[in-house]
Amino acid sequence: MNELINRSIYDHAQSLRKKEYSAVELTQAYIDAIAQREAEIHAYISTDAETALKQADAADKRIGAGEGTVLTGIPAGIKDNMCTKGIRTTCASKMLADYIPPYDAHVIERLKEAGYVLLGKLNMDEFAMGSTTENSAMGITKNPCDTTRVPGGSSGGSAAAVAACEAAYTLGSDTGGSIRQPAAFCGVVGMKPTYGRVSRYGLVAFASSLDQIGPLTRDVRDNALVLSAVAGHDRRDATSVEIGVDDYLAGLESGVAGMRIGLPEEFFGEGISADVKEAVLAAADTLAAMGAELVQVKMPSLDHALSAYYVISSAEASSNLARFDGVRYGYRAADFTDMDELYQKSRSEGFGSEVKRRIMLGTFALSSGYYDAYYKKALQVRSLVRADFDAAFEKCDCILSPVAPTVAYKIGEKTNDPLEMYLGDAYSVPVNIAGVPALSLPCGTGEGGMPVGMQLIGPAFSEAMLYRVGYAFENRGRGNKPCR
Amino acid sequence: MQMIKDYEMVIGLEVHVELKTETKIFCSCPTTFGAAPNTQTCPVCLGLPGTLPVLNGKVVDYAVKAGLATNCTIARYSKQDRKNYFYPDLPKAYQISQYDLPLCEHGWLDIETAEGAKRIGITRIHIEEDAGKLVHDDEKGTMIDCNRCGVPLIEIVSEPDIRSAEEAKAYLQKLRAIILYTGVSDCKMNEGSLRCDVNLSVRKKGTEAFGTRTEMKNLNSFQFIVKAIEYEYKRQVEAIEAGEKIIQETRRFDANSGKTYSMRTKENANDYRYFPDPDLPPIKLTDEKIAELQAQIPRLPDARKKEYMEKYGLSAYDGEVLTTDMALADYFEQAAAGTKYPKLVANMLLSEVMRLADGEDSVCKILPGRMAALASLSGDGVINSATVKKLIKELWEADFDVEEKVAREGLAQVSDEAVILEWVQEAIQQNPKSVADYKKGKKAAAKAIVGKVMAVSGGKANPTVVDRLVEAELNQ
Repeated sequence: MNELINRSIYDHAQSLRKKEYSAVELTQAYIDAIAQREAEIHAYISTDAETALKQADAADKRIGAGEGTVLTGIPAGIKDNMCTKGIRTTCASKMLADYIPPYDAHVIERLKEAGYVLLGKLNMDEFAMGSTTENSAMGITKNPCDTTRVPGGSSGGSAAAVAACEAAYTLGSDTGGSIRQPAAFCGVVGMKPTYGRVSRYGLVAFASSLDQIGPLTRDVRDNALVLSAVAGHDRRDATSVEIGVDDYLAGLESGVAGMRIGLPEEFFGEGISADVKEAVLAAADTLAAMGAELVQVKMPSLDHALSAYYVISSAEASSNLARFDGVRYGYRAADFTDMDELYQKSRSEGFGSEVKRRIMLGTFALSSGYYDAYYKKALQVRSLVRADFDAAFEKCDCILSPVAPTVAYKIGEKTNDPLEMYLGDAYSVPVNIAGVPALSLPCGTGEGGMPVGMQLIGPAFSEAMLYRVGYAFENRGRGNKPCR
Repeated sequence: MQMIKDYEMVIGLEVHVELKTETKIFCSCPTTFGAAPNTQTCPVCLGLPGTLPVLNGKVVDYAVKAGLATNCTIARYSKQDRKNYFYPDLPKAYQISQYDLPLCEHGWLDIETAEGAKRIGITRIHIEEDAGKLVHDDEKGTMIDCNRCGVPLIEIVSEPDIRSAEEAKAYLQKLRAIILYTGVSDCKMNEGSLRCDVNLSVRKKGTEAFGTRTEMKNLNSFQFIVKAIEYEYKRQVEAIEAGEKIIQETRRFDANSGKTYSMRTKENANDYRYFPDPDLPPIKLTDEKIAELQAQIPRLPDARKKEYMEKYGLSAYDGEVLTTDMALADYFEQAAAGTKYPKLVANMLLSEVMRLADGEDSVCKILPGRMAALASLSGDGVINSATVKKLIKELWEADFDVEEKVAREGLAQVSDEAVILEWVQEAIQQNPKSVADYKKGKKAAAKAIVGKVMAVSGGKANPTVVDRLVEAELNQ
């Protein structure tokens, strides 16, 4: 294993400037790692070594001229639901297996300006619907910590690639936990930023009011570096906010002394496995030992957040995914006799079962006569959940909770029970429902030696504070983590 | 058809008007009509995966102007919703429209009917995006032109206050006039920038309850609207009289046969599953903004019509016609300002000028000052009506100074009774047959004599004097 690839972005950037190695050499190291690990892990849907090396060469020239940013020449992987001009963007669906977007997502434009190197597009649950990356039409991804287990999802490829050092960092998207849960399962750092912090332009929509792009990295500082590069207002996304982006690095080393960290009992109740509970509470104690004050908070509406989430996200998905009709692009059924049959067959054959399940769920929830009972009710729950967070943040600066009730489970273990799978999202979805930011980072190990993730949740636009807490926790005396 | 008189029709209109913003409602593609297929498109209006809509602020401004001009209440808070349905001309498989919180509500406009002025309620005006167009080709099959996708529309929904095809037409003409005044659309029916759906039901006269309505879609000329209404009214009355039930359905008007045909019934209707579009924040308007838009609206047809009636003594009908087109009304006002006889200006415009324009040019080619001069000369009795007609015709071809020409060519009318009497006596002498006819009781024969006198005078004789003297001479 090439020793370059388990280093952080921060270290890479310094080494590239000191000419300790070139971006081309660095990129080649990741390409080699991909070649070595992909047969086993399958984090990527597509890779393009040639283009990556060209970008690396251009990056070396920029760095040589004394230009560029911290991300110049750093090889990355992108979840395959973000549009890359001229590069296949499949959403891990048969529906878009051959779809090549004619434009770049906003985040891709930003990374290109920063001089990034694109290693490839990463596997995911089809259209980001799922918690294991098993719902991919492009094959399953395995957890690099234990290849008999799932990497989590839907950004399973993004988390696995970082954990296996198949990319220096990746971008994922998080609608109900899709960055944080795979980060927790694979033992890496993942941020779901405040809704509106990162432009969604070019992110193929799952649930528009919940989707948010965020980075997955090896450590907290790297995460702050990547988010700094992609966050900010974009006039092409009307939900992107015009609030300026904080300097995420400025207060990174300020520590947690005097900070109030809330522990809502609803996050530690029924359904949580003992190993996860133990690890997260131990993390709380660690933070307390570092000077933070632990505060008990109540969030009574959280029990309903999961139901509201599945109504809202499915309803929005049913509308967002209606455009995949086989008419203009994407999968089209081979035989049809009329327009209705073209629609029916193309959609029946092009979508996987989980996607179809959610489309049906959402269609039902929005149907005439059911709207008030489901969608409208879910929006009311959403207001209650937001109010719960608002009330909690009056008593504490941020909330500490588990990301998921268990560590990564075995491949195939929950595929036959969607409801059981949905229950695994109970701790992550309230964050999306409220639109607030949350940082997922490793806090120990549980059953089978698998990583346990903890989640730091803050008020809207408190990413800098979450990084500060995460950084303090993470740097309790460790160097570079080994590759998984 | 005695029974048809026992019924009345109840009509509500849904009018779609394309706003003439430079760019589309959610992207910066141009809205120009008639470009080559799919040349005015981008990933956003093509609904490609990952794209997002961003509302063009001009669309809101224009819609608010249309609402203010039709006496609507403007919402300080409204939102946009998705109307979900599958059709190949709708790339996202949903249309962004407004469902329960439209921009404008509770408006009205007044129309002229045979029974006098009538007020038609406007339920709401909302903004939405247009769909593309399917182009059918015998060889290539059906193709999609997405140029129109995302062109901004307002939908103006009337109350079911309309009771005849004439009222429907008057409402549409009035609505069109108002929209044209505000400048938010060019309202060209032939280019589809004004389209109309008709909701029609019938009921026995004197009853209150509405009958079951049918909807006729996309009628693209006033003539078709009138025909479709008349046909559909008759069809429904006949069906009811035959003991049939009217089915709530969408019907298509076929211009060739003049008939309407069933398209889809309510049972097969789409459930549009409206819900708030999560990609678009609510639309918030301040009182200041609304006042600013109000200030940009010119004086509207009804205000002008009222002024013409009160100030110039015009009839309601003449006022209505003059104000249908803002350019015409502006012209009238300019010309009227230059003379003591504004009513004569109106008469000249509505008769001679309209005849010359022949529906082509709405604006008069003659300089307004010339019309004022003509009216003054005519009103002061300097020239007679025949000369007025002649001069208008000449002015239409080429401009000249009216007073100067009248003086130079001696066009002033002759009112000298001695001179005219000579012409009359000459005409009587030369036309014994007409005189004989008159004596036998054919009073109309006097007209022939009058005509001769006018001809002899070179059109300059004062017609009133001629009439009087001819009659006096014949009765001697």
